[in-house]
Amino acid sequence: MENQKGLFSVEVVSNVEISKGIFLLSVKRIHDFKAGQVIALTVNDGITPRLYSICSGEEDELLSILYNIVPEGELTRLMRMIKKGDTIKISTPFGNFLGTDDSAYWIAAGTGLAPFYAMFKSARTDNKYLIHGGRILESFYFQDELMKELRSRYVRCCSQQSGEGVYEGRLTNYLREKAEFPLDHKYYLCGSSEMVVQTRDILLSKNVPFENIIAEIYF
Amino acid sequence: MKERLLGKTLSELEEIVISLGLKKFVAKQIADWLYKKNISNIIEMRNLAKNTRELLSEKYEFGLTAHQSVQVSIDGTKKYLFPAGKNQYIESAYIPDERLEGKSRATLCVSSQVGCKMGCLFCMTAKQGFQAQLSSGEILNQIRSLPEKDKLSNIVYMGMGEPFDNLDNVLRSVEILTADWGFAMSPKRITVSTIGMIPGMIKFLEKSEAHLAVSLHSPFEEERKKLMPIENVYRLPKVLNAIKNMDWSGQRRISFEYIMFKGVNDTEKHIKELLKILNGFKCRINLLKFHPIPDSPLESSDMRTMEWFRDQLKAKGVMTTIRASRGEDIFAACGLLSTKELVKRKTNNDF
Repeated sequence: MENQKGLFSVEVVSNVEISKGIFLLSVKRIHDFKAGQVIALTVNDGITPRLYSICSGEEDELLSILYNIVPEGELTRLMRMIKKGDTIKISTPFGNFLGTDDSAYWIAAGTGLAPFYAMFKSARTDNKYLIHGGRILESFYFQDELMKELRSRYVRCCSQQSGEGVYEGRLTNYLREKAEFPLDHKYYLCGSSEMVVQTRDILLSKNVPFENIIAEIYF
Repeated sequence: MKERLLGKTLSELEEIVISLGLKKFVAKQIADWLYKKNISNIIEMRNLAKNTRELLSEKYEFGLTAHQSVQVSIDGTKKYLFPAGKNQYIESAYIPDERLEGKSRATLCVSSQVGCKMGCLFCMTAKQGFQAQLSSGEILNQIRSLPEKDKLSNIVYMGMGEPFDNLDNVLRSVEILTADWGFAMSPKRITVSTIGMIPGMIKFLEKSEAHLAVSLHSPFEEERKKLMPIENVYRLPKVLNAIKNMDWSGQRRISFEYIMFKGVNDTEKHIKELLKILNGFKCRINLLKFHPIPDSPLESSDMRTMEWFRDQLKAKGVMTTIRASRGEDIFAACGLLSTKELVKRKTNNDF
């Protein structure tokens, strides 16, 4: 049912901590969407909705999002307490950060993985590369699934811990060290403004045309 | 630390005085001292009883913070650096304009955030990332503590930050600037600029009468999203639709800002599309030269192209002007404000 602000009540199916402080919240899907889109979400009308990228496939039965606990944020504090069977309010999916059939690098920091995971679940991935940065080894949610399909096209960069097969350092360091980037590929970036701005500058310094860089910033 | 009174609305001041056991009308007297007079300390609020001033001073401070430094451009523009919170700094640009005959005009370009989250490709503020929201008091301090305060005729929210990403504080500051009990400025002298954050923009248009400026920079969605990541979330057609649905019958004006990038958004095709998407809007387009920032892949269109672009739009009846660049030599011009070297980095923003 839609309320005055264009939000719909939906039933929560699960709300699981998948990594330290990172939760995967899934609801019954009531709208179609395109991989890469966002929803506005809140737990009640008194709290301003926040935007979250959808983190599930276009054909999946559930619609999921990833969220982390914002220390000063009232909304995420309440979201954490949500249980199966509760209702939350979401908007219809919107936004234009959409995957294409082009050969592309997906570059994500932390929960910025969400739109790429949706794209991964929804379309061809044989011409996609995923570079994911996280602080700790637990940050690489869905890694088994991603590794199985993307294999060497999946790179994990861990800034605070070391692990087998994981690049040790920030993803920006990895990008700086990497010799070449195909100039005809698209580069999709998703993360905080600092991550996006720094990553974009590195790509530009490697002669990637700015027209091939598309970014979604979490604000 | 004491809470600052500067930046409180009348109703917030009323709550404060009532909580201190004072009469409600004292709030109005305090507002007068904060926003209409030239004092800088609670003790100077002479029409308040001495014990009232002392009581107030126990918990509160007046809230002025002087600028830390100022740079002066050859064109008279001044760039002020204000501290804002611990180890954070913002810049404000004071732009005097004596050229208008008979009437001199002076505009202050204020910041609404320390840094910015929006990551626009052409903006220097974007390069420092986001550090903090400014409180309404910190926004107003840029005005109240300005040495040229009494000369100001216009305020534009076009400094560091995206105003509608700090909506509540921006709305409070606009309320205080325009209220009779506040600075009592006409809302016609205030412009708030946005890159098109729709929910905040709608609230602003509902709650205030100040002018709106929207950063357009390209009429094509696919092109715009490579310049401005926000296009991936709040698409231009939706922004324009939201604006169209508001009431524009009064004196409120809307302008679209358009930085001109050589070979990117300065062609005939762009003129045609601009005319198409802005059809039905009573608006002005401000064309701006691009002020280069380090490592930018973009260049500014030349003046001839800008004049041609303006003339084409004007010929089709769209009010279009080329906005003069001011303070470029001191990095005070549009898109150049930055306190990157001064701000303290957050420790938890590793990725």
